[in-house]
Amino acid sequence: MESPTITASRSVSRRGEKRFHVEISKTGGGEVVAQGLPAWLSTLSAGPASARGPESASPQPPTRAAPNTAQTCRHLHSKVSQALRDGRVSATELCRKCIDQIQRTHYLNAFITITGETAMEQAQRADNRIRTGKPLGPLDGIPFSVKDNFCTENIKTTCASKMLKGYVPPFSATVVQKLLDQGAVLVGKTNLDEFAMGAGSTDGVFGPVRNPWSYTTLYREQSTEDPDSDWAISGGSSGGSAAAVAALSSFLALGSDTGGSTRNPGSLCGVVALKPTYGLLSRHGLIPLVNSMDVPGIMTRSVHDAATVLRILQGRDERDSTTVQAPSTPPSLPEHFDIRDICVGIPKEYHAPGLSTDTLAQWSRVAAMFEQAGARVQEVSLPHTQHSIVCYHVLCCCEVASNMARFDGLEYGHRSTIDSSTDAMYATTRHEGFNNVVRRRILSGNYFLLKSNYERYFVKAQQMRRLITEDLKNVFRSGIDVLLTPTTLSDAARYTDFIQEDNRTRSAQEDVFTQPVNMAGLPAVTVPTALSRRGLPISLQLIGQTLQDWKLLTVAHWMEQQVNFPMIHLHGDSDERKLDRSVRERTHTIGS
Amino acid sequence: MCSGKIYIYTLYMVGVVGLEVHAQIQSTSKLFSGSHVRFLAPPNSLVSHFDASLPGTLPVLNRRCVEAAVLTGLALNCTINRKSLFDRKHYFYADMPAGYQITQQRVPIAVNGMLVYSHFEGRRRNQVVTKSVKIKQIQLEQDSGKSLHDDEQSQTLIDLNRAGVGLMELVMEPEMCCGEEAAAAVRELQLILQALGTCQANMAEGQLRVDANVSVHRPGEPLGVRTEVKNINSVRHLAKAIDYEIQRQMEVLQSAGKVLNETRAFDSKSGNTIPMRDKEGLQDYRFMPEPNLPPLFVYESKASVPAGVDPAQVVVIDRLSAQLPELPSVKRTRLVETYGILQEHSFTLVNEDGLMDYFENVVQTTKAEPRKVIGWVIKELMGNLNSQNLKVSQSPISPCALAELINLAESGHISSSTAKQVFQEMWKAPEKTVGQIVKEQDLWMINDKEELQKICRRIVDSHPEEVQIIRRGNKKVLNKLMGEVQRETKGRTDPVQVRAILEKMVS
Repeated sequence: MESPTITASRSVSRRGEKRFHVEISKTGGGEVVAQGLPAWLSTLSAGPASARGPESASPQPPTRAAPNTAQTCRHLHSKVSQALRDGRVSATELCRKCIDQIQRTHYLNAFITITGETAMEQAQRADNRIRTGKPLGPLDGIPFSVKDNFCTENIKTTCASKMLKGYVPPFSATVVQKLLDQGAVLVGKTNLDEFAMGAGSTDGVFGPVRNPWSYTTLYREQSTEDPDSDWAISGGSSGGSAAAVAALSSFLALGSDTGGSTRNPGSLCGVVALKPTYGLLSRHGLIPLVNSMDVPGIMTRSVHDAATVLRILQGRDERDSTTVQAPSTPPSLPEHFDIRDICVGIPKEYHAPGLSTDTLAQWSRVAAMFEQAGARVQEVSLPHTQHSIVCYHVLCCCEVASNMARFDGLEYGHRSTIDSSTDAMYATTRHEGFNNVVRRRILSGNYFLLKSNYERYFVKAQQMRRLITEDLKNVFRSGIDVLLTPTTLSDAARYTDFIQEDNRTRSAQEDVFTQPVNMAGLPAVTVPTALSRRGLPISLQLIGQTLQDWKLLTVAHWMEQQVNFPMIHLHGDSDERKLDRSVRERTHTIGS
Repeated sequence: MCSGKIYIYTLYMVGVVGLEVHAQIQSTSKLFSGSHVRFLAPPNSLVSHFDASLPGTLPVLNRRCVEAAVLTGLALNCTINRKSLFDRKHYFYADMPAGYQITQQRVPIAVNGMLVYSHFEGRRRNQVVTKSVKIKQIQLEQDSGKSLHDDEQSQTLIDLNRAGVGLMELVMEPEMCCGEEAAAAVRELQLILQALGTCQANMAEGQLRVDANVSVHRPGEPLGVRTEVKNINSVRHLAKAIDYEIQRQMEVLQSAGKVLNETRAFDSKSGNTIPMRDKEGLQDYRFMPEPNLPPLFVYESKASVPAGVDPAQVVVIDRLSAQLPELPSVKRTRLVETYGILQEHSFTLVNEDGLMDYFENVVQTTKAEPRKVIGWVIKELMGNLNSQNLKVSQSPISPCALAELINLAESGHISSSTAKQVFQEMWKAPEKTVGQIVKEQDLWMINDKEELQKICRRIVDSHPEEVQIIRRGNKKVLNKLMGEVQRETKGRTDPVQVRAILEKMVS
């Protein structure tokens, strides 16, 4: 095999070579560094006897057992769909419960649009089918929600932007349509950062999304402050979808993932979040951020559910030329599977500054679990990972500048009342319609794309992207099946802390572990493993090979079964009502 | 004082002309969407979600458009790139809804071609001169919509029917020197595109749009500053616009001025070019690869299509080469060889839409020599069509009717001069048959020997002086007597017969 060093330096242009070569030549791109659990990870690792369940994994406080009410909604799809078929629960009942839950947790601000009426009609139809013994599939009658940057026919799709406020698309995204065609029931559209640009779900026109785990007894008991001022962010940009699944108001939700936008909130809200291989799911109807990295993401409460949904959504779509034929997949994940056949890579560069001790502890614990169970665990190196964020910044801004050019107020969306000239109308429309974050990215992107800058920024970033991809390819070529990494640096930040830094800084910090995967188009899934001392979820990410999503989920499923992540239990009702009112008032002010 | 110098200076200046041609691809649907393509449809009636740039829509490449570009590339001797790429070209304009155009800036579908064309030189403009111009590239791209400015109510109306229609942009190198050459090249291109069926190439309907890059310089010196001339909607105007612009630039330089690098519009009324108000000054199009379209692959042959790819779903060059129709230059050679007609006539036959078919139709239905038929078609038919500004397809006289007329003349039933007269009558009254017209106007040839003798006798008797002259040896005067006979009979006599009779009488 060619040495990664040669591959790396050769694909960099003469101008880029000088700058990148130093780092490249230190270590070859993407190689196995050491066999077995790396020392830095194993020293922190809890002993094998204690590596079981959240209770035993230091340094966490014990969590309470979930009450029965929540348990009903916690059922896996397969169990729920079985219950539906057996007539133990009806689709309308299920739908009503979810909508009630959305209303009860309104203070989370997870939803932009609630589609209660149409949802109940859909549920009614599902019931009719189920009663006559003709369900459409495993998702028939299952309530789901969709991030508000997926087009939904006749249902508002806003991207949490003033630019698309009130915009009603005339068609549904392919992935949404596929769920509807399966009889799944759409209960609402979820909140996000404006046009999915952010990592906190704090920068949308409808206000920030709150992390449901900051309304659990565990969190509230540690907080001395008012629930309306001390709460954690949901992560982003698909924060609404993550919160909806975590707060039990949907069984599954669609997010989008460009740099980690599904996995980041999935991780912070303690749900399973899958970013499939690029091209496996259609992007038709997903309002783009970075076309070459965007993928629809799947959020569920179990890996099994994610697999069920993936199986339905995957495959070639003639309306998206970048989609590929899905590899054949069995009806469900294998129940019995030998983890000893698996080789787990631990990328040493992911032991990054800012990684919290809680998260590091979880990483060690789970790595040890794999090793204990007989999997091979190897330290690997992905030397170009460190450049991923800056490279992403350039590529993202360029595509944003291009993709946002269509929002000119002519065909749809916001239009300024200033109409002294076409140019004046464009300028004011775009100034009024986009927030600061979007405007800054557009400005930077246009700068990077100028003829005189193109080689210096865009071309270089693309070259670096190739090196990052090569790193990952080489690691998998060397025999690694999956990579195990943290998903985020730490558990969810308090909102008041999070907004101390601007969106660009936060995105750069938050996306470090998730972003390289998007560069390479690989599948990755995040699985919650335990709660932090603050009572907030900590998750780990598994990264797989291109189009090996099924294998990735198989390993994730194994991991999920080992870690025994606890159920959520939201705090008492009285606070909720108060919170609900306050959020409603505030979002109204922000939203208008 | 220095007028002599200037004279020499300008004497050696020549025009340099390059062309950028946008040819609308003839296809039922648009380049990246399923909307139909139709000229003069109600505004915004042919607009898909993608054409209106609704967020979340993606381009899906129309194979028919790719095939059209490959066919065109093959006909123009281009190298077809096995892999080509799409790019986004950004600019804000009301009829460009996405804020960018998808085009092929880096690697176009076809490159390095050659267009061979001919034009006429010489005093009688019958010397065929064959030239060629390099085709730099052919790229696939989207057409824009149309803006209609309503100045009275100061509003702009947008029609997106044209937005997203497939275009082939052909770039011709600056290798032509005058309007006539450019016009001949474009005319030849039109014929090739029409023969291929890849573009209807009607300039007036905007299916073919030609912008001319014009500069002047002295041979051997670097090229001068060029202007781009737009708003040209016929081949005739193209020649006019270029010649005007060359002349204008020479005059500017003569008077020690400078030619500005600018865009100018041709004004067909005055025949002048006038500076256009530049849209947004200097444009930086911020090109970027189109991320939603994978590279476009075309394959040499069915055998080179990779496994797992359905050959019916991809573009295969061999298959298209086999479909190439007879191109205009080949047609002309065939016409000259098959019918023995003049080369210049083969140009008229091929260059006039439908004329070759008309000609061949007539040839097949008469016994007359093709060289006789060509006279009728070029002189009589085209003369009438041109004077009334009609197309061949609008001719009131069908090929059959013309053949019938020629047959009557050939068989001696009517004289050739009568035939021309009948032709004009047929033109005026297409509902009548040739026979009817001849009969009604009593134009049948007088073949009765006795009657001819009588007429001739009458003429000889009434022109004693002329007869004397002839008898004295001046045979030329016999023509005058013949003319008298023709007048008397309204041309219904055979000149050979009449001459024989008259000669006998006066001898």
